[in-house]
Amino acid sequence: MFKNLMSWIEYRLPFMDKMNLHVMQYPAPKNFNFWYFFGSLAMLVLVNQIVTGIWLTMNYEPSAEGAFASVEYIMRDVDYGWLLRYMHSTGASAFFVVVYLHMLRGMMYGSYQKPRELLWIFGMLIFLVLMAEAFMGYLLPWGQMSFWGAQVIIGIFGTIPFVGEDLTLWIRGDYVISGATLNRFFALHVIALPLVLVILVFLHIMALHEVGSNNPDGIDIKKDNDGSVEQTEADKKFTFHQYFTRGGKKIIVDAIPFHPYYTVKDLVGVAGFLLIFAWVIFFLPEGGGYFLEPPNFEPANPLKTPAHIAPVWYFTPFYAILRAIPHPFMGAVAMFAAIVALALLPWLDRGKVRSVRYRSGLHKVNLINFCISFVALGVLGVLPAEGVYTLLAQIFSFTYFGFFVLLFFYSKNENTKPLPVRVT
Amino acid sequence: MSNAPVDHGRRRFLTIATSVVGGVGAIGVAVPFIASWNPSERAKQAGAAVTADISKLEPGQLIRVEWRGKPVWIVKRTEETLAELEKTENKLRDPSSDVAQQPAYAQNRHRSIRPEIFIAVGICTHLGCSPSYLPNDFSAQVEGIRAGFFCPCHGSKFDMAGRVFQGVPAPTNLVVPPHMFIDDNTIVVGEDAGVV
Repeated sequence: MFKNLMSWIEYRLPFMDKMNLHVMQYPAPKNFNFWYFFGSLAMLVLVNQIVTGIWLTMNYEPSAEGAFASVEYIMRDVDYGWLLRYMHSTGASAFFVVVYLHMLRGMMYGSYQKPRELLWIFGMLIFLVLMAEAFMGYLLPWGQMSFWGAQVIIGIFGTIPFVGEDLTLWIRGDYVISGATLNRFFALHVIALPLVLVILVFLHIMALHEVGSNNPDGIDIKKDNDGSVEQTEADKKFTFHQYFTRGGKKIIVDAIPFHPYYTVKDLVGVAGFLLIFAWVIFFLPEGGGYFLEPPNFEPANPLKTPAHIAPVWYFTPFYAILRAIPHPFMGAVAMFAAIVALALLPWLDRGKVRSVRYRSGLHKVNLINFCISFVALGVLGVLPAEGVYTLLAQIFSFTYFGFFVLLFFYSKNENTKPLPVRVT
Repeated sequence: MSNAPVDHGRRRFLTIATSVVGGVGAIGVAVPFIASWNPSERAKQAGAAVTADISKLEPGQLIRVEWRGKPVWIVKRTEETLAELEKTENKLRDPSSDVAQQPAYAQNRHRSIRPEIFIAVGICTHLGCSPSYLPNDFSAQVEGIRAGFFCPCHGSKFDMAGRVFQGVPAPTNLVVPPHMFIDDNTIVVGEDAGVV
């Protein structure tokens, strides 16, 4: 009976076939390490944001008059409102933590290299939309930092020659940031951008499954079926969807099915993540003033500028680059270029060896340089732009871009280690 | 079905013609969606320029008008005050108004169109308090200068052209809003109709 129902559905919508293709019979390299937690964790956080977000909208009031009070109402009077809001606000920071680590993983193991360029591009688009989503969400509580942070970020568009002023007017829908701005940001934050985000995540995963997952060795697990590589007994144990062998043209080695092996492994990651996540929600929901900034506990006041405006921590590396350049528009260009450079990695890196494990010492040093520059810029973005901090921000902006320039030149003829035939 | 050979030229023409018409339609549909982001009539009304009559303004007097929720000062400076502007310059942070806190036509020593009439947004560039106008007692703040603006919140000092003194918390000069004269006695604040 049940079997008949299943085959009735399967004939009309091949659900089990697609489940096998993407989950039960998806060949994933057997050597994933903890760095491979962050993709699934990002999806977990996305679900958290969507669910808590929907619940928050049930009590939030998107108007300049009511927004701040409605957030206080959620915090004080709505049953578990405080928990839903802290899950959402902490989730925003957690999203960037896991996404930054996910991106670093891709950089370490060359996951952006051919044939995964489009996969990387979708990832960068997700990152861009995520930043827009976070920025617009931060305006909604209508606190002092919401207002003045938005003032600064919208001001960035105002630096564009000729059209800047009109553009900011169009974005705000008013001569100052007002209820009109709040309402449109609310609409974009709760409907438009989440839709785009979900579609991009879908495309990201489809693109991933088409080219297959990379791994810490950067060695392909799909080999030409020409006898050059033989499947071992262990390889023959598993059934993978026939789609991946391209009708017998490929053989799959050193792979395990995504389910149950990596679903179970990812559950361990989820448990570890939730442990930290819950700890922050319950014991450090303001993140020491970095997740929810102190001025935001005061309602927005257009006549009173906070003494020191700093964006939320996840924007600070790019904000530091913006401020490091004395010319406002060039600063905005540099900030945008910092993101574009990342998106262009598949073409800036001309190497053929993917994983840092088999690349030159120079590449290892350069990658460390990138990490240090990024973190240093993140710290400097929180500090006021004065004196030695400005100089340091300029130095680290230089080394940040230096990573890409150096990579472009040495990757052409890099002194790499010999690659193994199969993952180790 | 006719057995006539496929006319590729005709097919291409129809494809292009359909795409063009469809594209024009798409642009047309996009217009209301994009235009609805412009400031609404209500927002435009609230942000409209304000007109002030200065025919009864006495030398040394300051009047306030409200523009976009902010206090805007209109001051008629005396000859003595105008002479003082030169004396303060070595004590100012930005005497030549290099930071764009004013329209181009107000980037001069008196930071105004007419030397005697000074117009500025009366909000301290530090933390947004409204500074006090001290027409006679400013010498207690800066020796030898009779008139100026003093912010009671954190002690920022500005001269009678809204230029900030050194060693105070305010980083920049006061903002001069766009403004124009429509006749000798009428000022419009918030609009300059492209006066350069």
